[in-house]
Amino acid sequence: MTDYKKLVSLVKRNTKCYFKDKVTFFMSLITPLILLVLFVTFLRNVYIESFQLALTENNLNINNRIIEGIAGAWLMSSILSVSSVTVAFCSNVIMIEDKINCAVNDFSVSPVKSTTVSIAYFVSNFFVTFIVMMCVMVIGHIYLAAVGWYITVGDVFMIIVDCICCILFGTLLAGVVESFVSSQGGLSAVATLVSSMYGFISGAYMPISSFSKGLQNFLCMLPGTYGVGILRNHYMNGYISALSGAGVPVESLNSIKDSFDANIYLFGKNIPLGAMYGILLGACAVLLVAYIAIVFIKNRKSVK
Amino acid sequence: MIIEIENLKKSFKDVQAVNDISFKTKEGELFAFLGVNGAGKSTTINIISGVLKKDGGSVKVCGYDIEKDCDKIKSNIGIVFQNSVLDKRLSAYDNLKYRANLYGIFGNDFQARLEEMNKLLDLKDILKRPLNKLSGGQKRRIDIARALIHSPKLLILDEPTTGLDPKTRITVWSVIDKLRKEDGLSVFLTTHYMEEAADSDYVVIIDSGKMVAEGTPHDLKSKYANDYVKFYNNREEAEKYFSSIGLKIRNERDFTEIELNRTSEIVKYFKEKSELFDDFEVLKGNMDNVFLKVTGKDLLGG
Repeated sequence: MTDYKKLVSLVKRNTKCYFKDKVTFFMSLITPLILLVLFVTFLRNVYIESFQLALTENNLNINNRIIEGIAGAWLMSSILSVSSVTVAFCSNVIMIEDKINCAVNDFSVSPVKSTTVSIAYFVSNFFVTFIVMMCVMVIGHIYLAAVGWYITVGDVFMIIVDCICCILFGTLLAGVVESFVSSQGGLSAVATLVSSMYGFISGAYMPISSFSKGLQNFLCMLPGTYGVGILRNHYMNGYISALSGAGVPVESLNSIKDSFDANIYLFGKNIPLGAMYGILLGACAVLLVAYIAIVFIKNRKSVK
Repeated sequence: MIIEIENLKKSFKDVQAVNDISFKTKEGELFAFLGVNGAGKSTTINIISGVLKKDGGSVKVCGYDIEKDCDKIKSNIGIVFQNSVLDKRLSAYDNLKYRANLYGIFGNDFQARLEEMNKLLDLKDILKRPLNKLSGGQKRRIDIARALIHSPKLLILDEPTTGLDPKTRITVWSVIDKLRKEDGLSVFLTTHYMEEAADSDYVVIIDSGKMVAEGTPHDLKSKYANDYVKFYNNREEAEKYFSSIGLKIRNERDFTEIELNRTSEIVKYFKEKSELFDDFEVLKGNMDNVFLKVTGKDLLGG
């Protein structure tokens, strides 16, 4: 019981330290919002045209709000899936700062297990990333409500569940990678590398279907791709239903889902939604084992 | 005994940081552990506090073996680090609360303990302020409160007054003296200030990981430090006389200093040449002289 209370106290302390640094919080929040603004400014029309092109062959008069909305929903799924990892990498700053400021030494001489300290970093990073992600989601949903809202309450709930799965993956990945970082410069370098790469290697910035077969198969072997996949499904569900209601045939709808990564194919085989969750959570389990192993190995140097 | 160390050894790759040291400290004692940077002080503290594994020897703190009861030892020691390790963005209150929680002190227990710390260290006006808005002396008071928040039996002070102004140093020591007298707190001190070491009950000096001297300050000064006579008048005569009998002489702007082998020699010289002793003073050798003699190094200069 006392160990649990110590864990809760450390999580509160880490979270408070993070939010007391207004600049870090603002930067974590502003990065996905800048991404949203850039998407809307530069790529919105490209995706609207792509959706319109996919629907023209049916000669149907589709409500423009559905087209605008589905493009916006696709962008939102990209932003949230990328942010779940990039924000987690940036928000793990307390763990690094504690190494720099030697607060870890203070914990080492206190009767608290080092595993409790490590779990507290992970849990607080999860909370911080979740809060930032929810702020971004609310702002994004206001935008979607303005251009065309066709998402059901059930799908909003599932989007939140998807975000939690993605954040779990992001915070565990950040915990494993940043266990080896012990300077502010190192943190900046890792965060920059992840921010610039992750959107592309998870298929968030560009639909995987637009890449070569070999690259498609490679990207589909990375678990982050399935984080994007589950969000795409729940963001696009309502819009696909609206298109179906407007008379768009099933083949065209499947074609849209294929083109915009709601369907993911690994070596030509469609991966069902349940399997996407399985792969993502399986990757989380592997990262968790790796995180525990790293904490254990590092602790072997101490007496405990 | 509050600390019992026997044949302690620790090395980092090829460097023998601590090489077969043994000492004991009594309850309620102010124990000074001296050495230049890199002598092995921090390694020893890290082993005592359970942060580092030892390679050999035995370590008992507060009656507990470091290998069997590390958590019990951690609950019984408080450490004031050389540089503050508290959270600069959080208030002093939050810092103390979150650190107290690590010792299982929550809610009303924490409030009661905080009130005691407040009385001892006068924290009332600084508790709500973020740590990065406090002066060096105020931060040090919070560091000490953090180290004492769980009522430890042993307080480890790792160069606690380095960089502090004289007034704050006096405040820090008055608090520590009060705790020693009233609560019987044992203190393990590392310091660069020899006047602080001179006030301790027992001193151990280490150099390159080895113990080179130990004893009470008086014993060490008697054994390693010579005494001096300063002549402010009759300087030329004094220099002539004492150089003729082979004593070391140092001339400064205002005085001529004669180094004595033993304090009692002064009585003999006074009887033989009383006319020289017009304006003079006798100085006891200090801990700086002891340290220089046993290590060949100046503690502040390295």
